[in-house]
Amino acid sequence: MSQANLEIIRISAHPGTVPGAGFKRELEVAKLVDTTTCIGCKACEVACMEWNGLSFSDTTFQNSYQTMPETDWNFWNLIKFNEYEPEGGNLMLLMRKDQCMHCAEPGCLIACPADGAIVQYANGIVDFQQDACIGCGYCITGCPFNIPKFSPKSRKVFKCTLCADRVNEGLEPACIKACPTGCLHFGTKDEMTELAEARALQLREHSGFPNAGVYDPSGVGGTHVLYVLHDATNPEAYGGLPKDPWIPWTVRLWKYPLKWLGNLAMLGGGVGIFVHYLRYGPKTVEEEKEVPREGEQP
Amino acid sequence: MSDSYLLPNGRVLRYTFRERLMHWVAGASYVYLMLTGLAFWSPWLYWLAFIFGGPTISRELHPWAGLIFVVAVVWMYRVWSAQMHTTENDKRWWRSVGHYVRNEDDEVPSEGRFNAGQKALFWGFFWCGIILLVTGLILWEPHWIPWNLRALRLIAVLVHPIAALLTIALFMIHVYMGTAVERGAFGSIIRGDVSRRWAKRYHRAWYEQISREVGPEDPASR
Repeated sequence: MSQANLEIIRISAHPGTVPGAGFKRELEVAKLVDTTTCIGCKACEVACMEWNGLSFSDTTFQNSYQTMPETDWNFWNLIKFNEYEPEGGNLMLLMRKDQCMHCAEPGCLIACPADGAIVQYANGIVDFQQDACIGCGYCITGCPFNIPKFSPKSRKVFKCTLCADRVNEGLEPACIKACPTGCLHFGTKDEMTELAEARALQLREHSGFPNAGVYDPSGVGGTHVLYVLHDATNPEAYGGLPKDPWIPWTVRLWKYPLKWLGNLAMLGGGVGIFVHYLRYGPKTVEEEKEVPREGEQP
Repeated sequence: MSDSYLLPNGRVLRYTFRERLMHWVAGASYVYLMLTGLAFWSPWLYWLAFIFGGPTISRELHPWAGLIFVVAVVWMYRVWSAQMHTTENDKRWWRSVGHYVRNEDDEVPSEGRFNAGQKALFWGFFWCGIILLVTGLILWEPHWIPWNLRALRLIAVLVHPIAALLTIALFMIHVYMGTAVERGAFGSIIRGDVSRRWAKRYHRAWYEQISREVGPEDPASR
């Protein structure tokens, strides 16, 4: 979903410079999800489907309110419902709106081999460009949050765009607009961080949640979706939110040292072969007299 | 079969038609795999995908070409593996590989039909081919591997290019040796035959063996 007015600062698998990088003055945006005030109404799920015109597919029932087990290529915003019993506390129904986290260090973009299939805008949004996507699914491998989803029909990968088209026009994402409780907020990253920290402090000091905190994991450079959690020490309880997400080390090893070693080895091999030929040349078969063929003169 | 190695025209049959065909099935599929694979390996080589019809087509056909390559590798295994066992002579050959590299071939132990380097190439391609097949199957379709088995894909994205790089090293040496260094070798994998001098020079033990099998009374064998 190309957004011409948004400034691109990073392009997947792109040789050379990023056109216009650092040209525009741009603020980083962020979405704040306060899980403590979410009521699980799924208005955000519907708004996402509506605004993005996503096709309908069957939901699955699995003894919970949850619409389906995980996000899908045509379902980018999913509230995850989890029962959680803290030690010595009462049973809680945790509800967390799951979507792309828009990482500052996006594992999907780093793993992608297709030039221009994934871009990162200066405002922090990470966006897939399906016209350049080749459908290899390496983004799925690079993502620590299980967000990009492959569509077997179009053989492309899709995910939440943070409504880059709306943000481009100065509007908030569709999910934010639909939220009836005000548990979703949208603004600059700094504003949202401040708001989230204030809410976490309130939860710690006045609401009996001593472990309340903000989820903005540093392993992926911080995210442009922030969560306020009742218990920030146990994000896994919120439907598998990783405690310390990280671009997988195999992906890092593959994209950085191995790539350079491999390129150097291939270039060095080519040069070595050329130099060998200059120095030693072809092997020669010595001019030994062949047995004359019958009827031939020696 | 052995009595047909010495051809009536005084040349020596190096590779049968079947061997040449399977070599080129492997060769053609490998070159396609290497070039499209390199396109996905580095943004600076992404243009390679466009000469094969575009990145999406390259991504779709790369795994199928991989299956063709694996079929050729298994075929080669069936035909050649019995001739690829390491011998004591091969160990001596490796000890004098420096002479071989410097074209001091008189210092190199005489070898049979395949020298130790060719055997290493064969096994290198065979084992890398197996690794590339397994990791390639894991990477083929993103939705084949569920999230809780993602470790498989994480290993595959690293191991697949490592194995591919090893084959590229083998490929570069193989093509260089076969075309530029050992003149006549390329003709042997195209037309099938080599001169007697060539056979004596590079595979003397093999040449002597096939000459003996024909018998000393045959003047062509001397």
